[in-house]
Amino acid sequence: MSYPLNPKLYGDDVELEPIRAGFGRGLKAAGEADENVVALCADLTESTQMHLFKEAFPKRFIEIGIAEQNLVTVASGLARAGRIPFTSSYAAFSPGRNWEQIRTTAALNNQPVKVVGSHAGVSVGPDGATHQMLEDIALMRVLPNMVVVAPGDSVEAEKATKALAVNGKPSYLRLAREKTPIFSTTDSPFELGKAYVLKEGHDVSLLGTGTMTYQLLVAAKILEEQGIHAEVVHVPTIKPLDEEIILASARKTGRVVTAEEAQAAGGFGSAVAEFLSSHLPMPVKRIGMYDRFGESGAPNELIDYFGLSGPKIVEQLEDWLKRTPRYHQND
Amino acid sequence: MLLEAGSGHSAGPLGLADIFAALYFNIMNIRPEEPEWADRDVFFLSNGHCVPVQYATMAEAGYFSKQELGSLRKLGSRLQGHPEREKLPGLENTSGPLGSGLSQAAGYAYSLQYLEENTHRFVYVVMGDGELDEGNIWEAAMFAGKNKLSQLIAFVDRNNIQIDGTTEDVMPLEDLKGKWESFGWHVLEIDGHNIESIIDAASEGRAISYRPTLIIAHTIPGKGVDFMEYNYKWHGIPPNAEQAKEALKDLRSLGGKITHEGEGV
Repeated sequence: MSYPLNPKLYGDDVELEPIRAGFGRGLKAAGEADENVVALCADLTESTQMHLFKEAFPKRFIEIGIAEQNLVTVASGLARAGRIPFTSSYAAFSPGRNWEQIRTTAALNNQPVKVVGSHAGVSVGPDGATHQMLEDIALMRVLPNMVVVAPGDSVEAEKATKALAVNGKPSYLRLAREKTPIFSTTDSPFELGKAYVLKEGHDVSLLGTGTMTYQLLVAAKILEEQGIHAEVVHVPTIKPLDEEIILASARKTGRVVTAEEAQAAGGFGSAVAEFLSSHLPMPVKRIGMYDRFGESGAPNELIDYFGLSGPKIVEQLEDWLKRTPRYHQND
Repeated sequence: MLLEAGSGHSAGPLGLADIFAALYFNIMNIRPEEPEWADRDVFFLSNGHCVPVQYATMAEAGYFSKQELGSLRKLGSRLQGHPEREKLPGLENTSGPLGSGLSQAAGYAYSLQYLEENTHRFVYVVMGDGELDEGNIWEAAMFAGKNKLSQLIAFVDRNNIQIDGTTEDVMPLEDLKGKWESFGWHVLEIDGHNIESIIDAASEGRAISYRPTLIIAHTIPGKGVDFMEYNYKWHGIPPNAEQAKEALKDLRSLGGKITHEGEGV
């Protein structure tokens, strides 16, 4: 069965919504489903969309103040007592500031603490580089026991949040601030650890996570017009990686491109490259931020400026596609 | 244990022996044979490097065999150099990097007080004084004070030493009592080697409503071993064979005050 895409996907009237809004709805739903779900926030309740949960379950909402180290360690204690704590802040601060506490008291301690990092990526916009978290995927995916998820749109974020509430593991959920086009539908599948082929093709595999999946769909449409049939694979769960789907697509097309709104080093693209290098070595072009920080600007302007929009991704790929042979195709 | 392990911290654990004995044999409502007993009091160690004294106390209390103490810090051991909850039943948390145990204890205490019905359980935590340099501790102190976590009882091992020297040289902590009081805590100062005082302080802490309790326990680092007492150089190292023999002689004879019948000390 093919993945149900939003029929308005390529229209001017495609629905837009911040990915974090889906988290807000998903958390409230998770709270309704299980009274052990509690929410902790570091003075950014509305920004991270926890206010929906707070209004519905005031007794299960805990204001921590601007203290990210305490945020996750209190959550660790709550988890030991049997609660399922979701913690939220901007990704630059959590897991940016409190990584060691996450490592020791959530990951090594193996408690189901949920770290929700909102406002990740350059699309944070005018706040500038300090607040544009680009290293979080790399930081979190190297932790044993940790699950890492970057939903592609708000509809999927809602599903991902509900899934993380019941997975029993320390987990990181990466969210974006700005309104993002909705490419999926309420009927689209989501399961932790699964990747999905959104568009079939045989010339190149485009693997996206988070906000970049939409941009890859746009890029694939442009490539299609140029006679290049790209396969688009959406990989919302960065850890554990869906090795089966990635391997199948790589084997079919013989060359792989990854895209993430994060450092191109150490993150999602690196995870794919690590996996393929030991199972099916082939060229992997990693699209992301190339060893630099972001800067202030309008969100869409920045996405374009840093080469992360669909058309700019096509530009980045033009030369690469010409000179890169296909490896192991269908072998 | 430390001699056998070849590394580890000497001074802190010795200074905490009386507090751990009081906790595990009097203060806490626990069932060593049933570590996950639902009505138990819980204990969080914040300064994880002092875990040898916790292991020794737990073995004495019956959580596991004393023979296992010799495996401390060895490959495959449940007794990791710093405590790991998943390795050993009876441990409530994983700690080592300083400053995070109070938050973990506060999270548990918050759950008892606000999210669970009808609990009379208490949460105990031991912190070192050196780790009060960590900002995380004061974030937790504010959180516990704000939420009036009356089921939380914290001990500070006030032994005045840390790796680089005395606490007041490295980063002055005083006025410690005043600081914690201003964060909304009920604060007691006791002799951390007087078992009765330790038990009384915990009892007072349990009786106090609307406030978490901090017990500043003045202890002697390296307590009971003449050449280790008060010497910060013993913070992070184990004794060699000769020193261990000397140390055990001191401990068994209470510094030469008693002799054991039928055996040389």
